[in-house]
Amino acid sequence: MNIITISILSLAIIGAVAALILYIIAQRFKVEEDPRIDEVEKTLPGANCGGCGKAGCRNFAESCVKATSLEGMLCPVGGNKVMQQIATILGKEAHEAEARVAVVRCNGSCQHRPNTNIYEGAANCAIVHSLYAGSTGCAYGCLGCGDCVSVCSLGAISINPETHLPEVDIDICGGCGACSRACPRNIIEVRKKGAKGRGVYVSCVNKDKGGVARKACEVACIGCGKCAKECKFDAITIANNLSYIDSDKCKMCRKCVDVCPTGAILAVNFPPKKVVETHTPQSTEQPLQVDNN
Amino acid sequence: MNKLVVSPSPHAHSGLSTAQCMYGVLIALIPAFLVSIYFFGINALLVTATSVAACVLFEYLIQKYLLKGALTITDGTAVLTGVLLAFNLPSNIPLWIVIVGALFAIGIGKMSFGGLGNNIFNPALAGRIFLLISFPQQMTTWPQPSPWGAGVDGITGPTTLNILKQGNVEEIANIDVINALIGNYGGSFGEVSAIALIIGFIYLIWRNIITWHIPVSIILTVFLFSMAVSINHGLEYALIFSELQIFSGGLLLGAIFMATDYVTSPMTPGGMILYGVLIGIITVVIRLWGAYPEGLSFAIFIMNGATPLINKYMKPKRFGEVVKHG
Amino acid sequence: MKTFKIGGVHPRENKLTAGCAITPAPLPQQVVVTLSQHIGAPAQCVVAKGDTVKVGTLLAQANGFVSANIHSPVSGVVTKIDTITDGTGYQKPAIFITAEGDVWEESIDRIETLITTCDLDAQAIIEKIDQMGIVGIGGATFPTKVKLMPPPNMKPEVLIINAVECEPYLTNDHALMLAKADEIIVGIEILMKAINVHHTYIGIEENKPDAIELLKQKTAHRNDIEVVRLQCRYPQGGEKQLIDAVIGRQVASGALPVSTGAIVQNVATAYAIYEAVQKNKPLIERVVTVTGKSLTRPGNYLARMGMPISQLIEAAGGLPDDTGKIVLGGPMMGKATANLDTPTGKGTSGILVIPDTEAHRQEPSPCIRCAKCVAACPMGLEPYLLSKLVAKSDLETAEDRRIYDCIECGCCSYSCPAHRPLLDYIRLGKGRVMAIMRARAAEKK
Repeated sequence: MNIITISILSLAIIGAVAALILYIIAQRFKVEEDPRIDEVEKTLPGANCGGCGKAGCRNFAESCVKATSLEGMLCPVGGNKVMQQIATILGKEAHEAEARVAVVRCNGSCQHRPNTNIYEGAANCAIVHSLYAGSTGCAYGCLGCGDCVSVCSLGAISINPETHLPEVDIDICGGCGACSRACPRNIIEVRKKGAKGRGVYVSCVNKDKGGVARKACEVACIGCGKCAKECKFDAITIANNLSYIDSDKCKMCRKCVDVCPTGAILAVNFPPKKVVETHTPQSTEQPLQVDNN
Repeated sequence: MNKLVVSPSPHAHSGLSTAQCMYGVLIALIPAFLVSIYFFGINALLVTATSVAACVLFEYLIQKYLLKGALTITDGTAVLTGVLLAFNLPSNIPLWIVIVGALFAIGIGKMSFGGLGNNIFNPALAGRIFLLISFPQQMTTWPQPSPWGAGVDGITGPTTLNILKQGNVEEIANIDVINALIGNYGGSFGEVSAIALIIGFIYLIWRNIITWHIPVSIILTVFLFSMAVSINHGLEYALIFSELQIFSGGLLLGAIFMATDYVTSPMTPGGMILYGVLIGIITVVIRLWGAYPEGLSFAIFIMNGATPLINKYMKPKRFGEVVKHG
Repeated sequence: MKTFKIGGVHPRENKLTAGCAITPAPLPQQVVVTLSQHIGAPAQCVVAKGDTVKVGTLLAQANGFVSANIHSPVSGVVTKIDTITDGTGYQKPAIFITAEGDVWEESIDRIETLITTCDLDAQAIIEKIDQMGIVGIGGATFPTKVKLMPPPNMKPEVLIINAVECEPYLTNDHALMLAKADEIIVGIEILMKAINVHHTYIGIEENKPDAIELLKQKTAHRNDIEVVRLQCRYPQGGEKQLIDAVIGRQVASGALPVSTGAIVQNVATAYAIYEAVQKNKPLIERVVTVTGKSLTRPGNYLARMGMPISQLIEAAGGLPDDTGKIVLGGPMMGKATANLDTPTGKGTSGILVIPDTEAHRQEPSPCIRCAKCVAACPMGLEPYLLSKLVAKSDLETAEDRRIYDCIECGCCSYSCPAHRPLLDYIRLGKGRVMAIMRARAAEKK
């Protein structure tokens, strides 16, 4: 009995003394912080993706609290909803920013872009890119090793096992741009997210001359310029044998999609089109195929 | 014509694979195995077979049904774990204990850390220590050796290490070192024959599977440390005492085969020597002043835990760092 | 026997063409001369479409200090100036020439007599080397004139001739030494004059006893050129390793090799220098080892630059059906290519044809921390750690562990029993770390 009392007592005393020391030290070295930082941080998604340009969510919260105005501050993942909440917490005015989404501008699946050699080495796009043009004839297109996948902290991007191309889940993607920075070939672009996730874009970044590009890949942009002529909104520019659609100017009329001779321009998330005005079979098939994905 | 392969340089390989390294170690263990069969009979064979089968089976089951990952039982690491575990057991141990040890070695010692390459502790050693603590009775009654294992079940007796620990000067001076060299004394069956283990060591060095650093530094440290603590009884006694420290117990088996386990030992020559020296010191300390007669397992175990730290601070000699120009 | 002190491996030598004398390759019908056959800025094209050129006519001029002139390897007409898909599959600017006859520039002395005397002073020699577009043709293709003009505070004391040829399969330097020993020695004399040193070591690995014997015999009467027999060990042909092996000094991290007092030149470069200075011949052809176990006529071919590798493989008996990989250079540091139209260049020391059975890498398995890469690394680095750090993008620690010292020799990947792609990641990380270091240095300025 005595032993039990002594052990309980001594343990209790040790515990009390340790607690006291901890308390004193915690008080002594307490760091004064604006409590609002914690509050703001709680509303953030906590993915620490760095898409806001800050070193993680905590850092973003600190800058939000410090900043005089929230203009230009955007958590791309949380979007306007989260920014509105932050504005309420801080008593500042929220600034609407348009939603953005990552777009993979390569459609060179194994079917469209046959392999010309076999790559054996570390499965890392940056390594392949610095070694050579890749296992297909296209020196610009996707290498399919998934550097973009490994940097996405939200799991919004994944490699399709059939096409070996990355696919973005537009419901999850916040447009932070981490994948775009990770891609050694600059294939992924962060573009304006249209209503219901709709978008029209050139799914190719090949700067080779038309013939060369086409030889490597069926669905390459050959820089013919038909799309630019068709566009009424000046949204399309042709440079370096390559067409580019400015997402800020594009009104999504999809005229360019129909005239593209190779099917390099994709229209995604539109409802299926009734096949009435058939131009070339390719030009209508292509977007439909993507719609289904 | 086939599609050509493109890969970054180098385009050549030494040809040595993980499995070859492991099977090389197994080959190096053959002499010790043969000696153990000679001295402990069919029991040594049975324990080894049980241990190997259990280790391979458990690895297979865990990889297939628990982790659902790739199967790697062909790389020889599970076989090696099984053999090393068995070699650290008395030959008359009940086989179910061997199976429990194998389960601990593979399940806890290896797979729970993430499998090959990620384990902090040598799995065989983890299994042995687990058994030593859980079944002290069965783990420390060693049968006396007799050619072809005749009468193994009957006689058990004190090991050389027990005598060394008791420190009776006269008794120690009368032990025949030759018996320790060939393995004619009681102990775990794989560790008894010093000569067979040294043959294995030479083979490993020749095949370039391990380097000399760890075994030599352990053995030298144990020798010098033992000399230092026994020299007050005269040089001749100190020599016998130190030789016995090296040739008896699991020292050679541990120094050559357990401490050199790739995954759990340091990466740089300097780190390996530091690791070996510390194992040597801890071993002798436990042997002479600790509760157990054998300290090597614990010493290696402790240093396994210190290996990440050694790897962090012991850097290799960089090119251009030491030699001054002029 | 002498060798370097840290790490290294000894791959199977496979010198299939060791006994083969130099054979001239057939003249190409068309050549494609790329504008960057050297390290540094690409040369600037000085000819136009339709121009008629002779062998040795200047095609492109050095663009900046670290750059080199490029001359026409054939006579004929410039058909176009365009881009070509090179060995990497990327487009590179190039000059296309269709060959007509074989007319050489009159200034080039094509008579085979040995000219031993050289009246030019150091300045004039270096100028000549610059004009003739000489680069280090051991493989690195660093413009030779840059190496011969060390910073004023570093005084070269000795010249080391790199005749090590530690890469398996390659025998082009070996064949050259046997055929042109006298010319090489004159080249060495010219080099010694250019950098004002009075002693030369020729480092040769022991697997070339006939070359050692021949050069020893030719230099027996003099004491300023010394042949050093070296143990066979890869990567002894690396500049830093060779200096360590021959004179026992190690280049400090980040320092120029000349800081040890030694300037290293390849033996084939010494021969090219002889031809440039004594014969006025620009660097337009070189010995290329075309080799591989499956080739019917492997050999050492004297080939004009700019011919497609397929033509050289044809000369060596044609591409076997079971070919799995084609490597430009040796198996340790050479670059694999899938493009048979790749033109040869100043740095093409060999073409290695590997049958499919040996062409594939094995699947990597987990690192077992065996420390074989640490033991093999000739720079004293920790490849297992560096590759792990790069894979998880911890470049800061990688820099702290001196990833920038890596010479990309491949000893780590070569010796890894788990077949891990160690060098693949280290090379990537080295590039990134060095970019960060350069940016930091630029910021400081």
